[in-house]
Amino acid sequence: MSKEVILEVKNLQTHFTTKRGTSKAVDGIDFTLHKGETLGIVGESGCGKSITSLSILRLIPSPPGKIAGGEVLFKGRNLVELPESEMRKLRGNEISMIFQEPMTSLNPVLPVGEQIAEAIRLHQKLNKKEAAKKAVEMLRLVGIPSPEKRAKQEPFQLSGGMRQRVMIAMALSCNPEVLIADEPTTALDVTIQAQILRLMKELQERLGMGVILITHDLGVVAETCDKVAVMYAGNIVEHATTETLFETPLHPYTQGLLASLPKIDEDQEELYTIEGNVPSAFNMPSGCRFASRCPLATNLCREYKPELIEHESGSKVRCWVYSNKWQEQEVVV
Amino acid sequence: MIWFIIKRLMQTVPVIIGVTIVVFVIMQLVPGDPAVLLAGEGATKETIEALREQLGLHQPLYVQYFDYVSNLLRGDMGFSLKNNQPVLQEIMTRLPITLELAIFSTLITIVLGMLAGIISAIRPYSILDTVVMVVALLGISLPSFWFGLMLMYSFSVKLHIFPVAGWDSMLHVVLPAFTLGAGGAAIVARMTRSSMLEVIRQDYIRTARAKGVKERVIIYKHALRNALIPVITVVGLQFGALLGGTVLVESIFAINGLGRMIVDAIRMRDLPVVQGGVLVASLVFVVVNLIVDILYRLFNKRIELN
Amino acid sequence: MINVQEQKVLLEVQNLKQYFPVKREKLLQPKLSVKAVDDISFTLREGETLSIVGESGCGKSTTGRAILRLDEPTAGKVVYNGKNILELSKKDLRTLRGDLQVIFQDPFASLNPRQTIQQILSEAMSIQNSVQKELRKDRMRELMHLVGLPEEALSRHPHEFSGGQRQRIGIARALAVNPKLIICDEAVSALDVSIQAQILNLLKRLQRQLNLTFLFISHDLSVVRHISDRVMVMYLGKVVEIAPKHALFDQPTHPYTRALLSSIPVPNPKVQTERILLSGDVPSPINPPSGCRFHTRCPFATELCSSKEPETVEVQNGHYVACHYANDFFSA
Ligand SMILES: Nc1ncnc2c1ncn2[C@@H]1O[C@H](COP(=O)(O)OP(=O)(O)OP(=O)(O)O)[C@@H](O)[C@H]1O
Ligand SMILES: Nc1ncnc2c1ncn2[C@@H]1O[C@H](COP(=O)(O)OP(=O)(O)O)[C@@H](O)[C@H]1O
Ligand code: SF4
Ligand code: SF4
Ligand SMILES: [Mg+2]
Ligand SMILES: [Mg+2]
Repeated sequence: MSKEVILEVKNLQTHFTTKRGTSKAVDGIDFTLHKGETLGIVGESGCGKSITSLSILRLIPSPPGKIAGGEVLFKGRNLVELPESEMRKLRGNEISMIFQEPMTSLNPVLPVGEQIAEAIRLHQKLNKKEAAKKAVEMLRLVGIPSPEKRAKQEPFQLSGGMRQRVMIAMALSCNPEVLIADEPTTALDVTIQAQILRLMKELQERLGMGVILITHDLGVVAETCDKVAVMYAGNIVEHATTETLFETPLHPYTQGLLASLPKIDEDQEELYTIEGNVPSAFNMPSGCRFASRCPLATNLCREYKPELIEHESGSKVRCWVYSNKWQEQEVVV
Repeated sequence: MIWFIIKRLMQTVPVIIGVTIVVFVIMQLVPGDPAVLLAGEGATKETIEALREQLGLHQPLYVQYFDYVSNLLRGDMGFSLKNNQPVLQEIMTRLPITLELAIFSTLITIVLGMLAGIISAIRPYSILDTVVMVVALLGISLPSFWFGLMLMYSFSVKLHIFPVAGWDSMLHVVLPAFTLGAGGAAIVARMTRSSMLEVIRQDYIRTARAKGVKERVIIYKHALRNALIPVITVVGLQFGALLGGTVLVESIFAINGLGRMIVDAIRMRDLPVVQGGVLVASLVFVVVNLIVDILYRLFNKRIELN
Repeated sequence: MINVQEQKVLLEVQNLKQYFPVKREKLLQPKLSVKAVDDISFTLREGETLSIVGESGCGKSTTGRAILRLDEPTAGKVVYNGKNILELSKKDLRTLRGDLQVIFQDPFASLNPRQTIQQILSEAMSIQNSVQKELRKDRMRELMHLVGLPEEALSRHPHEFSGGQRQRIGIARALAVNPKLIICDEAVSALDVSIQAQILNLLKRLQRQLNLTFLFISHDLSVVRHISDRVMVMYLGKVVEIAPKHALFDQPTHPYTRALLSSIPVPNPKVQTERILLSGDVPSPINPPSGCRFHTRCPFATELCSSKEPETVEVQNGHYVACHYANDFFSA
């Protein structure tokens, strides 16, 4: 891809220290985001998607959370080491975020217009009146009818879909270069989801930002993302362009995930299932984290953790099957 | 909102009627014959009988109750047995003093309590937090008469900063108001702290951080307003407890307020004064509750939905 | 798949209405109510799965609750085995509850955290007295086997299980009393894809083994397509379309059904779905639009639609549509 890289995450590790021990919620994540591109992050609940995105903006609740290592490079600066005051100038300005729960992500006692204007005034040299005007403009941009009236209302007077539009308006109010959207439509109905995804796509094309879209819905990924990172238990297990991922999934987990989806256009008597459960975050196996559920697992998998390696298709995958070691092992057996 | 206020006002009517019934019944339950008491020692049988007639004590209870209420409505609370002064007049001179004391105490409860709570919540489990919360725990557990006496001893008797007793200047207000407000302040502090800690964990605080808002602004603009919603209720409840506390504090600091009036009247068996005092104190309590409810509603418009 | 048309009718819902009173906000405001379910009728045949789909707040759960009489419906009949459930005495209702069971979305919230799985199951059995005391131990082991949990699970507490396992426990509890009909209210919605597949397979297998009837409430249309025999689409308290699964997914007729189906993101980047994007939000069920309730968002709405409520038309055998232009849309 010839486009400019705007965000690069290298070996990011975020740990939580609790009474039960240390949980390596994010354990060595790498990806790059280019200008104007949408990167999807998918995976089961608890695999570390939200923590990854919160780590980028350093919004991890601390304690108990802590970024234990790695780099987040944004325009040549390592955000992990940036002083807090510099970080604040960046948040909501160059990198913004929208969250999963539109119902609880807005302050219940402040009018929504004021909440948008607050972000504008923090990062732009506008007075109160101008900021309020711009907030109304933003509400109009995200397709809220009679924005002047809505700006004065409090969140409880708005439906879930409208609140998510407000969140988008707030996030985009300072023309960010990166937008992180953590499950922006999960709490919404499908018809409203379709509206919001369309809106995000339009705005991205207009404003040219890079988007990280976190979701557990493979349908949403297929429709909106250019490339995808599949996470399992704190690791990226596969990283590919969207088309390649759906056409030739490499990792046994990705394959299982795609196979276990009920199809909207096909009859299936029995669904494929991945047996078993995700291992506990406090008790991660030393080898491949998927080994206990993987139909292909061998002793090699159980003992040694595979690296994320490049496959000939251009995808990256964390699985022994695609390494030279796999063949050698078969010979030994 | 207006609808709510009207509804709430209408709800207070039965409460007030209830209060008058209770006060009336208490009067009936007091041992001894009111006519005998009223006539004083050594009165003749005839005098007592005449008094009984005059007071309508022969009438059935419900008639007596209606008489009582209609007198009340005319502002007639009867006369003190001690000095024959109208009870209402006595109350009217005492009530402002008690209200002043109560309001200052409430201010201390609110300001001190919330400040301490916020300070604690900003750095939970820090040394400052621990110190504030231990002090608050002491504030809740120490009996207020003991606390009042200690204050009086150290600041008045030893250090001579504040007058020992009485109610003349602003300086007189400080110690009694502090004695009365301290317990409430401690409760409010703990409540504010836990409420703040709860709010700080909410998604919208994370949203504010993601906008790049400064931590200080997050506290007073985003967190505080939401955290105070449950605290208002507690303050309202505290005000009720505080009215009860005036009785004690007024006695300790020799303040001629309503509380002390009731205590003295009980000691002298001056029933009409007791009756009037209790009635007025109850009314004040009802009114304060009404105000708290309306304030709560103003702060938290969302309840209108449910 | 069994031919459900030939099976006997197990449950018949007739003109069911469920209104909830709304608190008045302003003085002199007329008395209002949420018309959560407003005059719906359908039948359930033995051994079939009927799904209810629709956007949040359209009345899916309310319908389920009304059938179980967890709320007191405003009007209508729910006929089970020839008896109207809504007129039963408390005692008869309790006996009947053994036949009708429910599984909820959040398996954790519906399991008492202090009880072991054994206690949970034994309590369910003793309320209904469905199994003799001596046989209960055996029955519990059988249930564990049935839902795919180890027998040791009986002595553990709900918090020791994962979401998928808890949902299995919820299913075991429902099965403990030998029910005929199970209402699954968003029973797999909170689960991850890989776990969801396990539970869906389990439900299907149990249905075959025990000849169960399911009323399956869900907002996920892919899941609904997988599990159902027939599908009922609701919008603002009304049934807008009800049809056998294939008819509904291959020939969706009501404009709302079409929009709903086209909104689902397809997990295949090569498929470009032509999307019918609806504008606006679902209107309030307190003051629903006149005429056809969908007319405020319907791309085909005419004058007639805003004034007259459409009749339900049978466009094909067993395929019912509530739209003025149902026949036009069906052939189109
Ligand atoms: N107890 C109640 N009192 C008042 N209104 C209610 C009550 N229960 C449900 N409603 C209203 O009835 C309508 C239908 O609710 P219901 O719970 O059936 O929706 P649903 O289709 O199950 O939605 P979801 O997918 O969000 O669960 C909603 O508008 C809801 O707000
Ligand atoms: N505040 C916290 N304390 C301890 N563990 C946490 C905390 N927040 C998240 N985790 C753990 O981090 C892991 C990843 O969480 P998250 O990123 O929120 O998952 P998701 O993929 O659903 O977004 C999970 O195992 C979760 O339990
Ligand atoms: S490394 Fe082994 S266990 Fe892990 S996914 Fe690959 S084959 Fe399966
Ligand atoms: S009746 Fe009219 S408004 Fe309703 S769905 Fe049919 S065409 Fe649309
Ligand atoms: Mg998440
Ligand atoms: Mg529901």
